[in-house]
Amino acid sequence: MATPTLEKNGTAEAGFADTPYITATFRIRRFNPEVSDEAQWQDFQISIDPKERVLDALHKIKWELDGTLTFRRSCAHGICGSDAMRINGKNRLACKTLIKDINPEKPILIEAIKGLTVLKDLVVDMDPFFQAYRDVMPFLITKGNEPTRERLQSPEDRERFDDTTKCILCAACTSSCPVFWNDGQYFGPAAIVNAHRFIFDSRDEGGEQRLEILNDRDGVWRCRTTFNCTDACPRGIEVTKAIQEVKRALITRRF
Amino acid sequence: MQIHKYDTVIVGAGGAGMRAAIESTKRSRTAVLTKLYPTRSHTGAAQGGMAAALANVEEDNWEWHTFDTIKGGDYLVDQDAAEILAKEAIDAVLDLEKMGLPFGRTPEGKIDQRRFGGHSRNHGEAPVRRACYSGDRTGHMILQTLYQNCVKEGVEFFNEFYVLDQLVVEEDGVKKSAGVVAYELATGEIHVFQAKSVIYASGGTGKFFKVTSNAHTLTGDGQAACYRRGLPLEDMEFFQFHPTGIWRMGILLTEGARGEGGILRNKDGERFMEKYAPVMKDLASRDVVSRSIYTEIREGRGCGPEGDHVYLDLTHLPPEQLDAKLPDITEFARTYLGIEPYTDPIPIQPTAHYAMGGIPTNVEGEVLADNTTVVPGLYAAGEVACVSVHGANRLGTNSLLDINVFGRRSGIAAAEYSAKNDFVALPENPAQLVQDQVERLRNSTGTERVAALRLELQETMDANVMVFRTEQTIKTAVDKIAELRRRYLDVSIQDKGKRFNTDLLEAIELGNLLDLAEVMATSALARKESRGGHYREDYPNRDDVNFMRHTMAYREVADDGTESIRLDYKPVVTTRYQPMERKY
Repeated sequence: MATPTLEKNGTAEAGFADTPYITATFRIRRFNPEVSDEAQWQDFQISIDPKERVLDALHKIKWELDGTLTFRRSCAHGICGSDAMRINGKNRLACKTLIKDINPEKPILIEAIKGLTVLKDLVVDMDPFFQAYRDVMPFLITKGNEPTRERLQSPEDRERFDDTTKCILCAACTSSCPVFWNDGQYFGPAAIVNAHRFIFDSRDEGGEQRLEILNDRDGVWRCRTTFNCTDACPRGIEVTKAIQEVKRALITRRF
Repeated sequence: MQIHKYDTVIVGAGGAGMRAAIESTKRSRTAVLTKLYPTRSHTGAAQGGMAAALANVEEDNWEWHTFDTIKGGDYLVDQDAAEILAKEAIDAVLDLEKMGLPFGRTPEGKIDQRRFGGHSRNHGEAPVRRACYSGDRTGHMILQTLYQNCVKEGVEFFNEFYVLDQLVVEEDGVKKSAGVVAYELATGEIHVFQAKSVIYASGGTGKFFKVTSNAHTLTGDGQAACYRRGLPLEDMEFFQFHPTGIWRMGILLTEGARGEGGILRNKDGERFMEKYAPVMKDLASRDVVSRSIYTEIREGRGCGPEGDHVYLDLTHLPPEQLDAKLPDITEFARTYLGIEPYTDPIPIQPTAHYAMGGIPTNVEGEVLADNTTVVPGLYAAGEVACVSVHGANRLGTNSLLDINVFGRRSGIAAAEYSAKNDFVALPENPAQLVQDQVERLRNSTGTERVAALRLELQETMDANVMVFRTEQTIKTAVDKIAELRRRYLDVSIQDKGKRFNTDLLEAIELGNLLDLAEVMATSALARKESRGGHYREDYPNRDDVNFMRHTMAYREVADDGTESIRLDYKPVVTTRYQPMERKY
């Protein structure tokens, strides 16, 4: 590849530096039981660089217009999983969604993820989500004596479960799942992804136990393969494929 | 107000807190108080690797690692602590593997290792492959693995509990820890946790800078809680600026990118690090590389219309290698800059990254009340602490190591302390300070806004106490911080409610940042030398005669209520390595 040149600098960055600010409307689903039992939509108009994140817009609203607007966030670049929300009807991380990519000409709809109880504005009760995660025994299970050094694992065996190790437990997948919306007892995609991460880890010896848990009536068979979860995952995990692989393992008992 | 009693309380659930919790839960009744759900902690943002001289891919040993750590820290490292860090690194990595961490593997199936800045074979001869990694998601894998093992061990978490006060009582002239006071985000309720031992593992304080790799939540809450109760803070002037943050945003792009062969270039396409570090080049230590980048920018060789950044060039690396070894950072470039790293270089600038200083501890994690006296029952580990294994500049991959080695040590030590000792009686009205603080902010009708003050703080810190400092710039920062602290008294919030009041918490966090920024700038002003991450243009050389010693900053309150900072110094522990000139 060529060494970077000045000409390339010019084109690569001119757009970024010269971006004009735009006025965008954020239509946010507000809910605060200390104030009212009813949720309602509220519009905020702000001037913002469309190359900024939705999270930047929410901060601008909170910091300059309305300090009561409440949402979770931490890392602001898509690895902590705090700020999953529904943006124009789709589950996204606010810190990984640029305003220019969601048609800022029209009001941008922001609401809490679905299927978990809303506690205030965009904050939901995450406890049922983490309970489902804990239920699939999300830790390495081994038998016998531990080796002195590391367990050996070939690069191919390591690659086998790489996709599902990327999960950041943001709940974007689980809260996009129509089965989960209708029945909160369903483990949901995220828990299954985390079971997959261990079932297909060559070092793990707890596969049978986990498969039995997922064979439950609230387990993998509830999945209707709508692919919402795969579309929602901000880490690009092939969630539906992982669920299918767990189903197949249940039938063949090979993993 | 609720009162809880636990043997051991851990503040923070990142790598250090959870590593401590795994040990402490096995040995004592433990509660982990964390302002975030554990998997949200910023350990998960660490990318490149965790150092350990496993010698899986080439000759290496822990003594070389010790030397590199000491040299990397510009001889402000306590050498006994660095030896422990390097020696215990090997078991720390193997322990994580046994807990299930999916490390990258060699063709033989062993843990693979890659090059990283400042890590060398045989005392600086050439870069060595010492960093154990999992793609560019090593921190994510460590955080997940530790959380998984906390689930396995049944660790008890109090999620979204903000610890706002450390209870220190004096018995027979000895300062002791009695517990902590926490604010529950969901309800606004205040909780007192009486505990035989307390471990701070609450992370860094990078949010007093504007361009930073740190999360919004890294506001130095643990440091501030201890400092306000008269405990010292060590070496706060030493802050690391990571060379490769995404231009203007500060998002971290791992040093592993250069470990994999990435090259820094100026506007002429020149590989400028060859001039500054002929042997280690792009893999010199971070302080050296960050200064080199700003030197290029200052001398007119920066890129872009404003000449305010340089390039991280990965275009000569095969796309398969980028996909396999650096998937996340290449995606960051695509998402946030719209740049394809296969074909285009990535604009970068140094980004405020890591506090070398913090709550002083010994190698067991016990917190120090002065140069020698420990505070019985009080521990700290990870970025919040200063052991000091990082001295004036931390080597890349040594922080993921630090949290595991000293998280484990403090977890064991604190639980053993809890087993042998009784509770210290709580002070009268233990929640008073927090109640007053919360009520004052809720009822304030002042005209100052949190976000505006925070931005002014960040801008003055970026402008005046970053990579290059002078007496004049630091004084400008000190004056500005004093002004902001006055104005902070007049700050008000809009959310007056109890439920998930993040408006209130942001105001409290700003108070912490202001206190710590003041300590940092004051410590920097007094250190009239250049060492590691602290570079004074008016004192460009290291001065081992006067300054090979740790700064200890104490908050003093006069009888009339006036606050000031008293600086003292603590000798560096030297075992085998005498200071030498530092070249890469």
